[in-house]
Amino acid sequence: MGKRDPKAPFVPHRDAYKAPIMECVNLGIDFGGLTAVNDFCITIGPTEICGLIGPNGAGKTTIFNLLTKVYQPTRGSVYLQGIDTKDMNSVKANKAGLARTFQNIRLFKNMTVAENVLVGLHNSISYGLGEAILRFPSYWREERIARSRALELLEIFDMQDIGDQKAGSLPYGAQRRLEIVRALATAPKVLLLDEPAAGMNPAETEELMENIQKINKVFKIAILLIEHDMKLVMGICEGIGVLNYGRLIAKGTPAEIQRNPLVVEAYLGKGQSDSESGGEDSA
Amino acid sequence: MKAFTIPTPVRYGINTALLILFLIAGNAITQSGLLGRAQNAIIIQVGFFIILAVSLNLVTGYLGQLPLGHAGFMAVGAYAGALFWRAHILPETLSIVVGLLLAGVVAALFGILIGVPALRLRGDYLAIITLGFGEIIRVVLTNLDSITYGARGLLNIPRHSSFLVVYICVIISCAVIHTLMKSRHGRAILSIRENEIAAESCGVKTTYYKVMAFAVSAFFAGIAGALFAGNLGILVPANFDFMTSINILMIVVLGGLGSMFGSVVAAAVLTFLPFVLQPLADYRMIIYSLMLIIVMIFKPSGLMGSYDFSLSRILEKVIGKALSLGRDKGGKNHGKA
Repeated sequence: MGKRDPKAPFVPHRDAYKAPIMECVNLGIDFGGLTAVNDFCITIGPTEICGLIGPNGAGKTTIFNLLTKVYQPTRGSVYLQGIDTKDMNSVKANKAGLARTFQNIRLFKNMTVAENVLVGLHNSISYGLGEAILRFPSYWREERIARSRALELLEIFDMQDIGDQKAGSLPYGAQRRLEIVRALATAPKVLLLDEPAAGMNPAETEELMENIQKINKVFKIAILLIEHDMKLVMGICEGIGVLNYGRLIAKGTPAEIQRNPLVVEAYLGKGQSDSESGGEDSA
Repeated sequence: MKAFTIPTPVRYGINTALLILFLIAGNAITQSGLLGRAQNAIIIQVGFFIILAVSLNLVTGYLGQLPLGHAGFMAVGAYAGALFWRAHILPETLSIVVGLLLAGVVAALFGILIGVPALRLRGDYLAIITLGFGEIIRVVLTNLDSITYGARGLLNIPRHSSFLVVYICVIISCAVIHTLMKSRHGRAILSIRENEIAAESCGVKTTYYKVMAFAVSAFFAGIAGALFAGNLGILVPANFDFMTSINILMIVVLGGLGSMFGSVVAAAVLTFLPFVLQPLADYRMIIYSLMLIIVMIFKPSGLMGSYDFSLSRILEKVIGKALSLGRDKGGKNHGKA
C-alpha cells in the first residue's frame, strides 16, 4: 500500500459528500518558547467516529483544549460547521456544538448524578431568574421536562436508577460514563472524549465501545476521542490521526495506521522493524 | 413500593401555615411586654444576623468564594435605608418597604461594581481584595461628613425594625435564596463551586453567575443593614468594620458551608451565646472562643455539615413509616394504602 499524504483529509464514505462538521487548519500553540502543537489539520465528517492517538506528551489533550477554547491557539483556526471559532470562549464553543469529557474526571462531585446531567442541560432550559424565584408555571414545566430528559440520557448507560446518588461516590468507571452523559446533555454536534476507557476493565471497555457507537448512531453526532486502548481505537474509529511531538505524523483508516512505519517508529522507536505493527494491542 | 410523597401544593401549604403561626406567636410575645427590652433587641438581632449569614452563605457556601467585605454591603444598605427613612417622604408602611428595597438595590449595585473586578480573582486574593473594598466603604462613609455625619453618627433614625418587619425580611431572604438554589441558576452556581472548568464546558456562563450571586448576596446584606439601622436608631461607620465581616463569616462556617439551616441555627446560637453568658463577665469571651474551637475540632464541616432541614421530608418519612407499619399489622387488609 502506498503512503497516504498526511495532509490529505480523511472522511468515511457516508460523510464524503457532506460538509464537514469541524475543520482544523494549521492549528498551533506555543507555550513560551515551546511549540506544543504545530500544523494540526483535521477534517471531521458530521457522523464520523475519529480517533487521536500518540505517545504521552504528544499534545493530544492540548488539542482538545484548543478546540474547546480553554487555550486560544497561537496559529491557525478551527471551523465549526464552517464558522470560525476565533472569538469564542469555552461557553460559546459549547453552545456552538462542542462538548467534552476530561482526562482527569471533572464531575460536580458533591452534586447528585441527576443534577450533574441537569447542569449539562442548563442552556436547554430557558426560564429566567424571576420565574425561578417566584416559581412560575414555566419553572415547574421546564424543570419536569429537563428531569425526564436527564433520566432518558442516563438510560444510555443504564444509570437512571442511581440519579439520587452523589456523583463523587460513584465507582471510577461510572464517573467516566456520567461525564459522557453530562457532555451529551449539552446537545453537542461534536463530542470530544478524552481517554474514555482509562481505568476501565476489558468488559467495561467492550461495553463502552458499543455505547460510543450507539451514541454516534442515535444522536447522529461526530465523535473525536483520545485513547490509549488500541483495541477500542482500532475497533470503532473510522479515521485515526497519530500525533507525535505536537505534529500529525499520520492520518488514515485503522488498517493504514497499523501498517504505517512512521507510527510504529513513534511508538516503538527505530531499529525494531521486526516487531509487527499489530503488536501495540494492549499498550 | 414507592415511598410516600407529599404533593407540592400541600407541602407549600403546610410551610406557609407554620410560618404564619410562628409570626403570630412571635409578634404576640414581643408585643406583650413579657420580655424585657434587651431580650426583644436580641431577637431582632438574631433576625438580621440570619439574613446576613444566609446571604453570605450564598457566596461562600454555594458559590465557593471567600469574600471578606460583607459588612461593607451591610453599611451601604444601612446608610441608604437610614437616610431615606430620616427624610420622612412617604407614609410609614410604604416608607419601610421602599427604604428596605432601596437599601437592597444600592447594596446590590455596589456588589456588582465590586464583584466585576474582584471575582476575576479567587481564594485568598479575592478575600484580600474584598476586605480592601469593605474598608474603603467604611472610610468613605466616615469622611462623607455632610451626608453621614461621619464618626459623630447618624442620629434619629426611625425605629422601623419591629419583630414583624424583621421576621418578614428573614422569611423573604431565606425563601428567595432557597428557590434560587433549587433552580437551573442555583445548579449553575453550585457547578462553579464544584469545578469551574467543567462548568464552562457545560455552557455555564461562570462570570455572569458569580457576579449575580455576589449581587444577590449584597442585596440581602443591604436589607440586613437597613434593619440594623432601624433597630439601633443610630449609625456610626465603626459598626461595619472588618470584625463584623469576620463575625458573619464565622456564623456561616460554624453552621456548615452550604447549609442554609446551619446558617440560621448558628446565627441564633452565636447571637444568644454572649447574652446568655453575660453573668460570667470577662470569662464569657473565653468560653465563646472555646466553643468555636471545639466545634471546629469535632465537627469541621460545621454544626449542620451540608444538611438542610426539610419539614416535609421528615413528615414523609414519618408518614411513610406509619403507613408501612399499618400495612404490616393489617396483614391481608388490602386497599388501605
